[in-house]
Amino acid sequence: MRGVLSDRMGAALLMAPLLLFLILAYAWPFLGVVKWSFTLPTPGLGQYQALLTDDLVQSVFIRTLRIAAIVTVVSVAAAYAITVVWVRGSPAQRLIAEFCILVPFWISVLTRAFGWVALLSNRGLINTWLQSIGFISEPLTLVRNEFGVVVGMTHFLIPFAVFPLASAMRSLDDRVLLAARGLGSSRMRTFWTVFVPMTRSGIIGSALIVFVFSLGFFVTPAILGGGRSVMIAELIYLRIFQSPDWGLGAAISVVLVLFVGALMALLFRYVKPKQLI
Amino acid sequence: MPTYRPGPVSLVIAALVALFLLMPLLAVIPVSLTPSRMLAMPSGELSLRHYRALIEDPRWIDSILLSIRIGVASSAFSTVLALCFSLGVWMFQPRFTAALVGFVLLPMVVPPVVSAITLYFLLTSVSGMSSFFGYDTWLGVAMAHSVMTVPFATVLILVSLSQLDRRIDLAARGLGASVWERATRIIMPNIKFGIVTAALLSFVLSWEEIGVTLFITSVNAITLPRLMWMGLRDNIDPAIAALSVILIIITVLVLAVRSVVTRQRAGH
Repeated sequence: MRGVLSDRMGAALLMAPLLLFLILAYAWPFLGVVKWSFTLPTPGLGQYQALLTDDLVQSVFIRTLRIAAIVTVVSVAAAYAITVVWVRGSPAQRLIAEFCILVPFWISVLTRAFGWVALLSNRGLINTWLQSIGFISEPLTLVRNEFGVVVGMTHFLIPFAVFPLASAMRSLDDRVLLAARGLGSSRMRTFWTVFVPMTRSGIIGSALIVFVFSLGFFVTPAILGGGRSVMIAELIYLRIFQSPDWGLGAAISVVLVLFVGALMALLFRYVKPKQLI
Repeated sequence: MPTYRPGPVSLVIAALVALFLLMPLLAVIPVSLTPSRMLAMPSGELSLRHYRALIEDPRWIDSILLSIRIGVASSAFSTVLALCFSLGVWMFQPRFTAALVGFVLLPMVVPPVVSAITLYFLLTSVSGMSSFFGYDTWLGVAMAHSVMTVPFATVLILVSLSQLDRRIDLAARGLGASVWERATRIIMPNIKFGIVTAALLSFVLSWEEIGVTLFITSVNAITLPRLMWMGLRDNIDPAIAALSVILIIITVLVLAVRSVVTRQRAGH
């Protein structure tokens, strides 16, 4: 009996500091934000009605979903290609692939967005080069629009898409692939009809992670979109700091959390959390 | 050894993806050497003036020192909290563990912008009570960063605990070791690699944090990413290119060292 009691005490003493910290510094203020969404500027459901009727908010929501969908498809496809080499290539190929995945992964989002500005802006690398070879006379608009946002976000999210795919490809049974080849299936056919279907859980996990991340993305769209291609996270920022409408910003946040929560629930129905690391 | 190797088509597509991933990192190198005051490709002559600006302009030095101070404070705080919590989970396996761990991981899965507005609410509320702990103070930023980094530290420590053999703890317990002795003399020495990794990751995440920092600072607590953001939004300052090159070189070096170290650990 004494043992049980001291066990409980020990667990409580060790776990309480972090739990208390997060309750005070995260859960409580989040409830405060929820309260804002119902009370500012006037109590009621006004802000949620505005979400359904406001044209600007609607167009930002639709743009966010569209960009997130495009980025998801492109990132997962690109990540798949490089993950195949990372997991199944020769030792030298693996090393190079790992370098190309991990270096961008560890570099800050600002540096990476800035790199794209340096490449894509009017006086950037690509336009300077295309003009110097006489291919174009006027610089192409590659940044401060949706194209720039999609490029920058895809670049940011490819490494995140790689990890679930790599875990699915590592756990794949080689004998099945050998059997397919042994039965006379071509390289292409083995890849499309055996290899890809067997990594399905990795593809679903990776797509959902990328999609969820893109919904709440802030820094890259703000820099590469240049205020013209505003996504939902930037709209929250603008509603808090530029045209102070805290209630609306809070209401959008609440909707975003609910939406992401539903997607996460979906994610965990298809894949176990362990498969994502 | 995998028997199924990528063919030539896979290799070509993967090479294109690799090029795409490295391209923006390489592009900052020529920009950092431009003699121009604005963002441009150098035409002909090269200059190191933007590297000199990093050393001479006190704003950059100040923000680097501030970022280090905030990073060290929030990394220490979140690693200690995460370590205690994880030890509690592993040693006692209390009921509702899954729910409690899920709660701790929330700041990692909630969209960063929602965490940002949440922490903005927190710090503006605290500002009313204390002038050195709230909105736009370094302690406030360190606290907010701790909220954001503590889930990552917890995951890393829980993962390294999950690889630990329970029987060594049972043996210590059977021999009469107290909870404190088991934690500090049996368990912690065996997961020290995980603890160090958690502290380093927390520092790096705080060092480059921008999404939350933008919401909770204005003029006083200008961290390095915050200063870069200001330089990127208005007139693009090529000093950012010089800084980026330095940060990229540091990252590549650290990753190279890490890969050598892990190879050696695996070799033993």
